Amino acid sequence: MKIHIPNSAFLGNIDPFLRGFDPSSSDSLEITANNKWISVHPIVLSMIAALGLTLKPEKIHCEKFEAKSKHYLARMGLFKTLNLPSDMSFIEHEPAGRFIPVTQIRTSGELTKFIIEMIPLLHLEPEQAQTIGYVVSELVRNVIEHANSKNGALLCAQYYKKSNSIRIGIADTGVGIKATIHQSYPAKNDLEAIQLALWPGITGTTKKEGGTEQNAGAGLFFIKSIATVNRDFFIIYSGHGFYKLLKNLPTKRLHLNADPFEDRHSKDNDLPFWQGTIVGVDITLDQTEKFSLLLDAIRKTYTTAVRERKKARYKKPRFI
Amino acid sequence: MKHIPIFERAGAFAENKDIAREIRTQEIIPALDKNEEVTLDFDRVDVATQSFIHALISDVLRKYGNDALDHVAFKSCNETVQKIINIVVEYMQEGL
Repeated sequence: MKIHIPNSAFLGNIDPFLRGFDPSSSDSLEITANNKWISVHPIVLSMIAALGLTLKPEKIHCEKFEAKSKHYLARMGLFKTLNLPSDMSFIEHEPAGRFIPVTQIRTSGELTKFIIEMIPLLHLEPEQAQTIGYVVSELVRNVIEHANSKNGALLCAQYYKKSNSIRIGIADTGVGIKATIHQSYPAKNDLEAIQLALWPGITGTTKKEGGTEQNAGAGLFFIKSIATVNRDFFIIYSGHGFYKLLKNLPTKRLHLNADPFEDRHSKDNDLPFWQGTIVGVDITLDQTEKFSLLLDAIRKTYTTAVRERKKARYKKPRFI
Repeated sequence: MKHIPIFERAGAFAENKDIAREIRTQEIIPALDKNEEVTLDFDRVDVATQSFIHALISDVLRKYGNDALDHVAFKSCNETVQKIINIVVEYMQEGL
């Protein structure tokens, strides 16, 4: 496998980085980087960490980075997670309010502990901390419950002062969305599986309306809704499929859609194959809508979607 | 009357579905089976995720229908928690 860290890869311009990923020869990993500057979304680090953990450290070849900003990778804990030696010295900053280094979460208990520790670390207003805790909980729990990934979820997040935003990336090398959704809904390809996974009330665990006693098929819809309302980016990449929620225009009236393809988005079903799932989301803090207002909109869209799906299965009278 | 303080089990950020399932299977359902009234007390709970609330009550609604709502009360919920409960109760009733 080969992965190249470009000078810039954020959710808005991440597509070329993903297209450049080479998943062939899965018994080794070669990491290269732009030699002038590295400025990337945490999702990039989560992806590299997730890939690297599938291999023994001696199977990972990491070139000597030249970029001035190379210390960022060490500071975010990438080399430590992969057990790779790093000759980069850097000033250890107090992480409070700045970033969450690459973190591996494998169990429900680890997640609960992480959320408790993460919230004070981010030094946010309670409303904002709640939104971020919510996003992390739902996304990581999806990995723990559905991905069947030996290494669990690899999470990384960073606060950006200039945009006053938190950017979060979560990666796993599990079974992927298509395999999960396909247990209950036929999905022709990875992109269709992503579309179904984002639809409220659809879960791979059952075809039954309302889900099972443990799963409702609502988690990803909630996260997409948070990004929609806050006019932020949100991406999912699994298998060959890729979906990106684009930023809504500020003037446009905000509206939640059950079908993710009705949102302003871009998509691709021909990316290099990612064994597992990647989710990235940006949360701009000064735009964070009051969470309870968002819930009103979610309630309306969710209930309508369930009702319409139920109605679509009604039998029609036969008039002869 | 069965009183269940959620904070003591799940903390201020109620998101652990395993804990929700334990409360449901070990406390809510046995109490309803004995025709007891159940109070889920959300005092000091700041946030509950939809997944947590779903794991807590969806199977109760499926098992006993919406009559369960006559026997289960939600106490001291803040606005956010109330809205999450409303979402779950509403979509579960749509699907009954």
